[in-house]
Amino acid sequence: MRYSALKILTQGLTGNKGWTPVWREPEPQAEYDIIVIGGGGHGLSTAYYLAKEFGEKRVAVLEKGWLGSGNIGRNTTIIRSNYLLEGNQPFYEMSLKLWEGLEQDFNYNAMVSQRGIMNLIHSDPQRDAFVRRGNAMRLSGADAVILDRDGIREKAPFLDFDNGRFPIQGAIWQPRGGTVRHDAVAWGYARGADSRGVDIIQNCEVTGFQIENGVCSGVETSKGAIKAKKVAVCVAGSSSRVMETAGMRVPIESHVLQAFVTEGLKPVIPGVITFGAGHFYVSQSDKGGLVFGGDIDGYNTYAQRGNLPVVEDVCEGGMAIMPMIGRARLLRMWGGVMDMSMDGSPFIDRTHIDGLYFNGGWCYGGFKATPASGFCYAHLLSTGSPHPTATAYRLDRFRQGRQIDEKGMGNQPNLH
Amino acid sequence: MSQQNRIDGGQIDRTHKLSFSFNGKFMTGYQGDTLASALLANGQRLVGRSFKYHRPRGIFTAGSEEPNALVQLRDGAAQEPNTRATTVELFDGLVATSQNHRGSLEHDLMAANDLLSPFLSAGFYYKTFMWPKAFWEKLYEPMIRASAGLGRLSMQEDPDVYDHGYLHCDLLVIGAGPAGLSGALAAARAGLRVILADEDFTPGGRLNAETYEVDGQSGADWAASAVAELAAMDNVRIMTRTTVYGAYDHGIYGVLERCTDHLKDSAGKPRQVLWRLYTQRALLTAGATERSIAFGANDRPGIMMAGAVRTYVNRFGVAPGQKVAVFTNNDDGLRTAEDLKTKGVEITRIIDARNGDTVVNTTGRHGIHTVHLNNNRHIEADCLAVSGGWSPNVHLTCHHRDRPTWNADIAGFVPAGDLPPGMTVAGAANGAMTLAAAIVDAHTKAARIAADLGTSKAPGDPAKASDETFATAPFWHVGESKKRAWVDLQNDVTTKDVKQSHKEGFRSVEHLKRYTTLGMATDQGKTANILGLAIMAEAAGQSIQDTGTTIFRPPYNPVAIGAFAGRARGKDFRPYRLTPSHKWAEENGADFVETGNWLRAQWFKQPGEKGWRDSVDREAAQTRKSVGICDVTTLGKIDIQGSDAATFLNRIYANAFLKLPVGKVRYGLMLREDGICYDDGTTARLAENHFVMTTTTANAVTVFRNMEFARQCLWPDLDVHFISTTDGWAQFAVAGPNSRALLSKVVDDLDLSNEGFPFMACAECTVFGGTPARLFRISFSGEMAFEIAVPARFGDAMIRGLMAAGEEYDAVPYGTEALGVMRIEKGHAAGNELTGQTTAQMLGLGGMVSKKKDSVGSKLSERDGMNQDDDLRLVGFKPVDRSILLTAGAHFLTPGDPADMTHDQGWMTSVAYSPELGHSVGLGYLKRGKERIGEQVRAYSPVRNQDIMVEVCSPHHIDPEGERQRG
Amino acid sequence: MIINHPLLGPRDAAEFVNRGDACQIDRPDGMTASMDEMHDYAYLRDNPAGEVRELWYHEQGDRSWLVVTRNTLTHEITSVEMARDVARARGRST
Repeated sequence: MRYSALKILTQGLTGNKGWTPVWREPEPQAEYDIIVIGGGGHGLSTAYYLAKEFGEKRVAVLEKGWLGSGNIGRNTTIIRSNYLLEGNQPFYEMSLKLWEGLEQDFNYNAMVSQRGIMNLIHSDPQRDAFVRRGNAMRLSGADAVILDRDGIREKAPFLDFDNGRFPIQGAIWQPRGGTVRHDAVAWGYARGADSRGVDIIQNCEVTGFQIENGVCSGVETSKGAIKAKKVAVCVAGSSSRVMETAGMRVPIESHVLQAFVTEGLKPVIPGVITFGAGHFYVSQSDKGGLVFGGDIDGYNTYAQRGNLPVVEDVCEGGMAIMPMIGRARLLRMWGGVMDMSMDGSPFIDRTHIDGLYFNGGWCYGGFKATPASGFCYAHLLSTGSPHPTATAYRLDRFRQGRQIDEKGMGNQPNLH
Repeated sequence: MSQQNRIDGGQIDRTHKLSFSFNGKFMTGYQGDTLASALLANGQRLVGRSFKYHRPRGIFTAGSEEPNALVQLRDGAAQEPNTRATTVELFDGLVATSQNHRGSLEHDLMAANDLLSPFLSAGFYYKTFMWPKAFWEKLYEPMIRASAGLGRLSMQEDPDVYDHGYLHCDLLVIGAGPAGLSGALAAARAGLRVILADEDFTPGGRLNAETYEVDGQSGADWAASAVAELAAMDNVRIMTRTTVYGAYDHGIYGVLERCTDHLKDSAGKPRQVLWRLYTQRALLTAGATERSIAFGANDRPGIMMAGAVRTYVNRFGVAPGQKVAVFTNNDDGLRTAEDLKTKGVEITRIIDARNGDTVVNTTGRHGIHTVHLNNNRHIEADCLAVSGGWSPNVHLTCHHRDRPTWNADIAGFVPAGDLPPGMTVAGAANGAMTLAAAIVDAHTKAARIAADLGTSKAPGDPAKASDETFATAPFWHVGESKKRAWVDLQNDVTTKDVKQSHKEGFRSVEHLKRYTTLGMATDQGKTANILGLAIMAEAAGQSIQDTGTTIFRPPYNPVAIGAFAGRARGKDFRPYRLTPSHKWAEENGADFVETGNWLRAQWFKQPGEKGWRDSVDREAAQTRKSVGICDVTTLGKIDIQGSDAATFLNRIYANAFLKLPVGKVRYGLMLREDGICYDDGTTARLAENHFVMTTTTANAVTVFRNMEFARQCLWPDLDVHFISTTDGWAQFAVAGPNSRALLSKVVDDLDLSNEGFPFMACAECTVFGGTPARLFRISFSGEMAFEIAVPARFGDAMIRGLMAAGEEYDAVPYGTEALGVMRIEKGHAAGNELTGQTTAQMLGLGGMVSKKKDSVGSKLSERDGMNQDDDLRLVGFKPVDRSILLTAGAHFLTPGDPADMTHDQGWMTSVAYSPELGHSVGLGYLKRGKERIGEQVRAYSPVRNQDIMVEVCSPHHIDPEGERQRG
Repeated sequence: MIINHPLLGPRDAAEFVNRGDACQIDRPDGMTASMDEMHDYAYLRDNPAGEVRELWYHEQGDRSWLVVTRNTLTHEITSVEMARDVARARGRST
């Protein structure tokens, strides 16, 4: 069914009785060409592009729970490509470009909203670093503007420019950054993949791999064994657990990132704003909630919940730059489990086991990468070679000394 | 306006009349009222508009589960959006306004949305607004955002203060209803340290709202006497107006106490206190929440939960209507009718679903007027009391992600057993739905907890109450209703939306919630979620147990961001660290800059200087010409002692330290274990087994941390000890050709000649006739320079003494800017160069990483990727047109190459105007930089609108041979 | 969270800094280890969903490094040891 304003009109006039399921609920077949493990954002977009761009006909997505239950279902919805390093910038810029055409592409309104992202500057060294980054972005064809205080005031007059402990001195602004309705991304990709023949199998947990003589030929699941020519792991948050069943250790730790949303408020925050002297970023959803977050809790965990010190730290950051949010009430807080990699950058790579592929290590930045991650993973799976923008995301990059350490924090995941 | 709906009785103080205003209308109420009860007393049924359809809405409950009656409380900077009228205590002078309408509340222009509802069904926005593409940001989204949200922020700084505090107890009792009071009494009598918290301002819970008897007195009286007994005990703290909002790890609970919200003005006192409460055990006695029934037009003002109707009648002495009908599936509905009759309120009909009677529709413009039944009859009513049964308040049991299970006996979800450690659930929250059962349950469990914790005193006997009947027949929605039937009132989710969600394949409870927005409003679906689940289960032809439930996350009720932030805001966001010469610097025209938490002087303005450059140029020039003094206390200082101290340093630094002679200082390069340059500084050997290390200001804390890691975890038996002395010593750089002459006047009995105290010498000494000091001959500026340290308490005296001694040389104080200028001129790397991505090779220090020993990071620094021929190298730059000022952050391009990332050649890290050279100078990383000295490259900075040619040169813009510093 | 410090008793975890898996104690000697061994030490982690032994540093306290045995699914802490003792028990000395 193609969605349009006309469809809504005709359905509305006939009692909304004609809507049909957005996706099928198929049982698994005995064999596929490609099995994608994980029906989160990246898994679904991988399947979508495999079918749509690479003409793959026999693809399945296996999801342990409900589709979209990965970190696509719990994040702060920000898209941007304001990266610095050569290994990252072109990839995230490609992702941003895919976001820009996504809704027309999959005929689903995911509310891609490019209202801009502003990273505040509070010191001279920070300005120097952001100028370097802005220039790197411009060299990659992305957009970046350095704002002075007046330029910020125009967009966000409510910020506390001078009373704060760390006065605001400027900002780097990416006009094309913004937010997206996160669940709708999963649903749009799932609907698009399903309509192109991809079997999305929910409540199907992968319990093991069929690996013999260094070759992976399928998976064991809670719905029985399924054969596949290629198996593509895409389970950020559970990467270590799943790869362990394939006998692999990966350069990843699991950490929790908390996020917060307030009660619905009439619009106040124009785009995304990040605090440069503390840990706080905020946007406002189309429903009116302020959506914000900060740092990871800092200890390894698989529990999808965090603790109070970080809650307080994040709210302190918020009050430090916008003390007018003091009376807004925090409505919900939640924790998502992150694949924190050893250099803060992801992996899209084949493994040393033939037929077994790995996508993970997205840290807390996986949401914005959803389209490019799927596209590049599909490229690797279908053509056998990495997509040109994702050549650096190798599993062996640490052996080579080619880490992509955007924040310069070294091999300690909780510092990225 | 008169309080026309006020009736006899209730726990209000009729001698204490209060006036307040709603939407500018002045009304009166009494002490003990909530805003909701006062509005009802004044006959104000319409209080707000719903989120999506802008339907008229009234007061639906009498507690914090309220979905409809949200108001904007107070005005000016204290304006507080989305405040539940049902929990606001009335105070004299209260001002409230309604939310979410254009035009007046009565004539909301946005109410037209209601007519369009067929086109605004679940998820409609995912299916449209896509064409033309450019219209989303320009038209569709602004339209949607214009109608987003409910209340408004004042956009002014929150005028109130919030405090944080810590509490400790043996047992936290959450909820002071009958179960909570019973449990608290048992535990307190047994001797436990008990904290009893309740969100209401009067403890007692439903006892204040019902006509039960306990121990032969009215429930409310018994509650008051229980509270009095508890209050008299030293081991009990009763916290009213206090919400336990979250259960965290290891017995830590998040608790919010509202201290002045019930007053007109906080008068400078903390508005709220956010407590972090540490307890051995917790008893959750949070009771239960009544849920609704979905029937046609069940959202009109005047339609109210039956339990809330009893609350208003019994506790507040207010009749929510003159003609009341009751729609119920359980005996509570009947109790409502009895209570109302007792108070003389007319009951027009009891509609009991258990007898097959249902409500299919209601009519009335801004409130219910007529109830339409399934037998085609209709009755008049200005209030319809609805009871769909009660759901245990299991919220806090889910905070460690326990998923509740379905209990068919009470038709509700109860805790499954995987509770936060130390938590016990009792009373209605655990499914004990009758009064007597709840009292006994809590008493028994509290007594058991007391015994577990080893008390020996007796818990006493539980209070006696009659065990009234509890008969409920699950009934969720009226199938024959043709009209829209609301499930989630605030977010306007109807039964049709739930069914459509199922039809479209959004069948998991998470999909249902996310697709329809059910339960995502400010009330988190406390009265609604279960209806949605039941309707989804019915559509799927499965049980509610199999359909499952979403789980609850903190906070139980929304908490102000200001409360979480506490006092850490404005200038108090983080503490200030001040240098020992701060006061002196203030007196001498210093302009300060934040360096981490430190405030450092960045320059000292002299009369007549127009801009900062004037000051900085003067300071740098005068230092190079004569002598300058700079407070460098902020550099990290670590005192290291022990017979293995040298061995330890040799493993921490990449370069050799074993053979550093006593009385000498050496530059040290520190790598992370991944081989990247991490920090640098100088370390002085004061004695055979005594070193003093300096670190960068930024890394002082982490370097120390990593050294402790190495000492305790890697080489635990080395004889080495250290302590951070950053704050212990005030340290000043004295730089320039006259630095020796100046210091000779200050330092006692030490030969400072080049022979007696050469470059990189160090010594312990005294100054000004006996003050202990440490002297280092090191130079960051490239000039002949010293750093002199004295115990921090002498820091202020020292700067004054140094300046006085320097008067004859026209000594200048210099700030961080001149410091930066001189180190860039000299080509020393600093924070802008040490990005955490920098290799020793890039700095030109590759040779320093010793291959003859193991040190942190040395092995991994040898990896191929970090040792490429075309690697970046630190070099210097000057503008080809010397009049142009360079820009840090510019990227380098080879002339003729296209400006893209593939052709990127590096970037400018630091720039400064060199007063000595008379033009701008820079440092930066350039691919194959060392081989390109003399070459011209493009410095491209589009974000600064600069695109210039620069000349590659040595990073040592001045004195490349180092003669000055050795002189 | 609360960490029961062997010397100081129960302390709020906010006083500590976490450094991850205690396997970081087992640092190979850079002069004898192969690059692969050093790589595995620096970059690979078991990252179990269950019990993990990990390093915490009492930065706002006595500056002890501790080895805490904690469950990453429940956050339950079952043992807290001085890291120095653990290091010695694992054969580390000078």
